[in-house]
Amino acid sequence: MSYESMIAEMIILDGHNNDPIQAYTARPMGPGPFPGIVLIHHLPGWDEWYRETTRKFAHHGYAAISPNLYERAGEGSAEDVAAKVRAEGGISDAQMVGDVDAAMDWLKSQQFSTGKAAVFGTCSGGRHAVIYCSKTDKADACLDLWGGRVVMAEEDLNEKLPQAPIDMTAELNCPILGLFGNEDQAPSAEQVDQHEKQLQEHGKTYEFHRYDGAGHGFFYYNRPLHRVEQCNDGWEKLFAFVKKHVG
Amino acid sequence: MCTSILELVACNGSGKSPEGWVNLTHAAISYDHPHHAMLNDAVTIDFVNKGLGAGTRVGVELDLKSAKALHQALEKVIMDVEDDVKSRPRSNDIMKAA
Repeated sequence: MSYESMIAEMIILDGHNNDPIQAYTARPMGPGPFPGIVLIHHLPGWDEWYRETTRKFAHHGYAAISPNLYERAGEGSAEDVAAKVRAEGGISDAQMVGDVDAAMDWLKSQQFSTGKAAVFGTCSGGRHAVIYCSKTDKADACLDLWGGRVVMAEEDLNEKLPQAPIDMTAELNCPILGLFGNEDQAPSAEQVDQHEKQLQEHGKTYEFHRYDGAGHGFFYYNRPLHRVEQCNDGWEKLFAFVKKHVG
Repeated sequence: MCTSILELVACNGSGKSPEGWVNLTHAAISYDHPHHAMLNDAVTIDFVNKGLGAGTRVGVELDLKSAKALHQALEKVIMDVEDDVKSRPRSNDIMKAA
């Protein structure tokens, strides 16, 4: 077996409005070049699962970075910080795009980068991935794992969330992979149908995989949502998609 | 599921957080992923002071049945208190009786 090693560490980025934000990065040791993954964390926060998943991508040969979208809420455990952000009504889509863009720029400017990268997100991060890949042209693949509120009612739009991601479909700048559980309520199977129809109508390259016997968050091995068979198949589909479009 | 279900209510009182007693400013009530309860989704109530750090939160995660029971119990307690206040003789009545 060949020698394996990786480097994983925190860095500071100039996020949206030049606010300093932390990001967790991981990559295989060695000169590369490595294709990249930007991970957008979920509603429960910048937590241990996202650290682990960042290292998982490094284990599979990618340079990965996960910015802390909740940096401005201050220090604390991921769940306390996430609760504080929730009590403040969440973060704005514009701020998210600025922060993710800083992570993408950092990743692509590194000597070890191939210059190609996917954007990965679960839950709210899946929704954010769709928005980022529509509002910028820097991603080579969008990985939307059960992103809720891609389809939004008019009354749910506000200053922080001014446009439903499904209404950005014409602007989507890269192929998109979607993984969904058919028992999920947000996104529901009907909402996934609506999103797929929009992708077809706009001639976008996409792959949607929809799993019976699974609901929301079926990759989360430490939660009752976990579905091992669907999770394993989902990871296989995801890595094949990234290999095809990012390297 | 990924919901936008959130109600924020101003609160006057105290809560005992991991950092000790804190004065509360708000309660955030949502229905979404729990961090600890072994549920797919939970009614989460976070009592917070918006001016203090994230670690001063007093949080609970309840299943829907428990949240409904809590809601009913709160309503009953509040009704009992208000009935009790109404049934007490007012100070004017006491004076007249004397």
